[in-house]
Amino acid sequence: MTEPTTVVSVSGVTKTFPRGNVTALQDINLDLGAGEFISLIGPSGCGKSTLLRVIGDLVEPTSGAVTINGKSAPQARTDRDYGIVFQDAVLFDWRTVAKNIELPLEMLGWDKAKRRARVEEMLSLVELTGFGDHHPWQLSGGMQQRVSIARALAFEPALLLMDEPFGALDEMTRERLNLELLSIWQQLRSTVVFVTHSISEAVFLSTRVVVMSPRPGRIAGIVDIDLPGPRSVETREDPRFFELVTEVRELLRLRGEHLLPEEEAAAAREDA
Amino acid sequence: MSAATLTVRSSKAAREWGPALIVAVAVIGGWQGAIAAFHIQQFLLPKPSNIATALWNDRSTLWPAGWYTFKEALGGFALGSTLGVLFALIVARFQRVGSALMPIAIAANAVPIIAFAPIFNAWFDPLQPTSKMAIAGVLCFFPVLVNTLRGLQSVRPQQIELMRAYAAGEIAIYRRVRIPTALPYIFTSLKVASVLAMIGAVVGEYFGGSFDALGVLIRSDAQILDFVTAWAGIVVASVLGITLYLAVAIAERVFVRWAPGGRDV
Ligand SMILES: Nc1ncnc2c1ncn2[C@@H]1O[C@H](COP(=O)(O)OP(=O)(O)OP(=O)(O)O)[C@@H](O)[C@H]1O
Ligand SMILES: [Mg+2]
Repeated sequence: MTEPTTVVSVSGVTKTFPRGNVTALQDINLDLGAGEFISLIGPSGCGKSTLLRVIGDLVEPTSGAVTINGKSAPQARTDRDYGIVFQDAVLFDWRTVAKNIELPLEMLGWDKAKRRARVEEMLSLVELTGFGDHHPWQLSGGMQQRVSIARALAFEPALLLMDEPFGALDEMTRERLNLELLSIWQQLRSTVVFVTHSISEAVFLSTRVVVMSPRPGRIAGIVDIDLPGPRSVETREDPRFFELVTEVRELLRLRGEHLLPEEEAAAAREDA
Repeated sequence: MSAATLTVRSSKAAREWGPALIVAVAVIGGWQGAIAAFHIQQFLLPKPSNIATALWNDRSTLWPAGWYTFKEALGGFALGSTLGVLFALIVARFQRVGSALMPIAIAANAVPIIAFAPIFNAWFDPLQPTSKMAIAGVLCFFPVLVNTLRGLQSVRPQQIELMRAYAAGEIAIYRRVRIPTALPYIFTSLKVASVLAMIGAVVGEYFGGSFDALGVLIRSDAQILDFVTAWAGIVVASVLGITLYLAVAIAERVFVRWAPGGRDV
């Protein structure tokens, strides 16, 4: 591979929330090349969501700067350079599922026929065909999250920011959507920043895994994932896969002294 | 298929309205019976049957008078509610204005504005409908303002964040997020306002107004101790008030169809 152009550049970003005087991020430096798939992993409260928001110019850093495609973060947001999936589905109750997915397309000024066609494609992608006329409160939590994924993918953004998008899904759907996401990523050659709590998901999807440690939120280490692509079901059985999972887990153990009990438990389960 | 739907609908309506209807019939029947049984005097409480008779005999004066008053109420309702919503939009948009005016508006909302009715009659020509529209309008204004504002401000911050991620401006955020969020609040306040408007118009007329007006009729009938006709006038006022309320409730069903409470109706 040739040296990729930098899509996202985070330099010296610190974020302190005045309320409670919490330092959510401290001196974060991170460059993302075009077409990279980066996972952020770390214990709860270590600033993963905050970092994603800083990249998306939804939260202003206390110091440091973010550039996207060579532009300032506010400019990139104004240019609609990225799509985002929040940790919660964030759907609009007064819009049907189809209309929720259409929202970014409306904002981009697509005409109705084109919007409708894209929505149908997206619905089938997230296996919600036939639910277009439902309202969000008529869906389960996992279905709602799939709607918000469909919405983020609808306009094929070159940069995707995803905050635990598959957290609310069952294991089977999660694995299927992992593969779908990878194939979309390969097709569009998009760049992805992906927050997750699952070590194996991070290793399976990413080109690099960024391990964060809490209080204050810092990058504890970065693991290059040198698994052969395209990834498939077999990837999870690759011995190298297990080595990398172990490497990430060790980093989390070493630096994440503040691991919550449930995360310890989750890590133990993955050991088994 | 459609016949089946219709049966389902009407049986559902029967289930919804049946109990209320039975209670209403029982109350009116009990009322009629109690007067006969306890020899209650006519001026204290007339028999429902007598009220019904008066309603029929005086229909040519009562209903036109009701319509006259209804138009006043409607005018005041439209004016006060529209201004309330517009004002709330301005207050929500410009925080400075809001922090200066909202405490006053909330205080005004707790004031018994109806007490100002005689004053409004002095400010405006009491024989013109405008004076009653003004009092009805002021009555409607404050609850609509306060509730609309609460609705506009009860947006989930993440929804605003999402819109910002789509580079949405303030206007788009209002159109696509704040106003839809506020709609249920607005309709709740409009239902309150519809009742207040009718009260404002009728009570305003008690303090003087044209002889075409229902409130004036009720008051003058009561003064000449024709309580049966006064009661008939009250029935007319109630029917019109309920009609306005129902119209708002139906509009609510149309515009807030999506709300989780109003599902699959
Ligand atoms: N708007 C805010 N105001 C004040 N403090 C905040 C705000 N948002 C986040 N924080 C604080 O910043 C820290 C990091 O929060 P963040 O949401 O980024 O964590 P996270 O890594 O995404 O956690 P999780 O895995 O549980 O989602 C937390 O201590 C949190 O309390
Ligand atoms: Mg988070």
